[in-house]
Amino acid sequence: MSITKPKKPAYPTLPKTPTGITGLDEITEGGLPTGRPTLICGQAGCGKTLMSIEFIVRGAIEFNEPGVFVAFEEKSDELAMNVASLGFDLKKLQEDKKIRIDHVHIDRSEIEETGEYDLEGLFIRLGYAIDSIGAKRVVLDTLENLFSGLSNQAVLRAEIRRLFHWLKEKGVTAIITGERGDGNALTRQGLEEYVSDCVILLDHRVINQISTRRLRIIKYRGTVHGTNEYPFLIDEDGISVLPVTSLKLAKQVSTDRVPTGIPALDEMLGGKGFYRGGSTLVSGTAGTGKTSIAAYFANETANRGEKCVYFAMEESPNQIMRNMRSIGVELKKHVDSGLLLFNASRPNMYGLEMHLVAIHKIIKKFKPSVIIIDPITNFINIGSISEVKNMLVRLIDFLQEEQISVMFTALSLNTIVNEQTDEGVSSLVDSWLLVRDIEYNGERNRGLYVMKARGMKHSNQVREFVISDEGLNLIEVYVGPEGVLTGSARKQQVLLEQTGKAIHTHSIGRKDREIARKRKVLEAKISSLNSEYESVEEELNKVYLEDELKKEILEKNREEITRIRRGAEDTNKPAGGK
Amino acid sequence: MEFDETAIDKKWELRLYVAGKTPKSVTALSNLKKYCEEHLKGQYRIQVIDLLEQPQLAEGDQILAIPTLVRKVPEPIRKIIGDLSNEEKVLVGLNIRPA
Repeated sequence: MSITKPKKPAYPTLPKTPTGITGLDEITEGGLPTGRPTLICGQAGCGKTLMSIEFIVRGAIEFNEPGVFVAFEEKSDELAMNVASLGFDLKKLQEDKKIRIDHVHIDRSEIEETGEYDLEGLFIRLGYAIDSIGAKRVVLDTLENLFSGLSNQAVLRAEIRRLFHWLKEKGVTAIITGERGDGNALTRQGLEEYVSDCVILLDHRVINQISTRRLRIIKYRGTVHGTNEYPFLIDEDGISVLPVTSLKLAKQVSTDRVPTGIPALDEMLGGKGFYRGGSTLVSGTAGTGKTSIAAYFANETANRGEKCVYFAMEESPNQIMRNMRSIGVELKKHVDSGLLLFNASRPNMYGLEMHLVAIHKIIKKFKPSVIIIDPITNFINIGSISEVKNMLVRLIDFLQEEQISVMFTALSLNTIVNEQTDEGVSSLVDSWLLVRDIEYNGERNRGLYVMKARGMKHSNQVREFVISDEGLNLIEVYVGPEGVLTGSARKQQVLLEQTGKAIHTHSIGRKDREIARKRKVLEAKISSLNSEYESVEEELNKVYLEDELKKEILEKNREEITRIRRGAEDTNKPAGGK
Repeated sequence: MEFDETAIDKKWELRLYVAGKTPKSVTALSNLKKYCEEHLKGQYRIQVIDLLEQPQLAEGDQILAIPTLVRKVPEPIRKIIGDLSNEEKVLVGLNIRPA
């Protein structure tokens, strides 16, 4: 579906006239063939008249090419009324000679046919209208009404052929609209598509009670063009055809990071948050706080002064703002300052493709740096899994090109279908946060995991995700022999540990005192032993001294005796002497 | 534009739109004159408008086909397209003769 950039050809190519219709000029690579007739065909109510009038009006306003609108069905006033809602002022444009509306009225009851005739009158009228304002663009809406007013088919067919040639000779870029015929026929008469140089088929299909308008270029002589069906949207700005996104994977990437608004979550993502232009999926069961995470992200974006669009698919903006106020996130002020835009629509408001077109349009207009789609789950109601995935691929693709970060939320139920969307989408996104209920001990707590985060370091651990009046926080869960504990079980465990510590310190104190006492006892013992030793020593010393003393005295005595004997009795030799 | 000055208040006012002097236009005009003389003698007025000269007049009477005969009076407006070769149809169409 990618459209190659127009190469510079060496030879002149078909000149094209831009329509000014969003997206159509991209698909046709420049517009409709200049100076040639184009057929726009389709069933009733598919937007043929609107597309052709937009061609004329935009031509007159944007490209300064006056145009003639020949209405075979609606009167000029009715037409003006019908397109007034798109902001086209046909009256003013007619007064300024920018456009001219010619109502061709054919009523069979008023007309009798006898003999030969031709449609020269129509040619003259048209020629006069073109010349009077110097028109470059012409619309004939719907030419085949001639067939209901006139009965000579042979003449009509010949004259319509002549009309196409005549338009080419006039050099005007023409749009002819035609009702779709029975079966596969593009037009009722099976004529216009052969004489037109470009055929655009508009379609309006209802699948699962949801209608989607689609556009396809069936033929375009002398040029390449997109061949797929492109969805288009009619709203207050007219027609917008979904611009084709290239499906080549060659985009600029940013290394810039955007914080999530939850510091603890940033911490889990390597301390910085998501990559700019990245896509994030937050999935989880009902009531796990997905919207809260998304609102935090939106709030953080607005706080940084960047723009954010919040596509609410389930809740109304007021509901979200009220609910987020309860956890301390004030989104109202960002809405008032114009940084945050809420866009609430039910998924089944229109088809998938229409959602995509609508999102495109809003993004192109608002130019946000972050968008949030909350939730994507309900898209499954309006399309098959592969269709939803396809749509999201194209959305992510477009967002990456525009360097817009996106956060999807997805509700995961325990049904196969939803698991599949979860998984289907998760392969597309850059990071995936999973919020899971941890049911334990009679209560439910939220656990947050970072399932993946491409290109950044991220925590592999579960965190308990706590929503309180102060806001969101992530707390490390207790992982112990009893397993992962959260909520009151975690608190209980913490208390238990604190008690344990107190008891522990207490018992340590007691032991210390015991030791001190023991030491005292022992020290006392040691001192008594010391004194005992001293007394024994003294005793021993005493004996020794007495002995010395005795010996000395004995020596003295003997010497005395010896001296006495020498004096008195020399013969009396000491008997006991040595 | 050519009309009979004396027939200004005639009962029948007919306009024939043509584009140049084509065989069809010439046939139509001569047929018309013939029928009028036969059936409406003295009560009619024929105005021939050549759109090649006055293209702006085509829009007013919602002219597509050439030649077109328009019965302006009496009301309601009736249109007959073609070279008017079928007398019966013309007379019925102009309400000169009941169908």
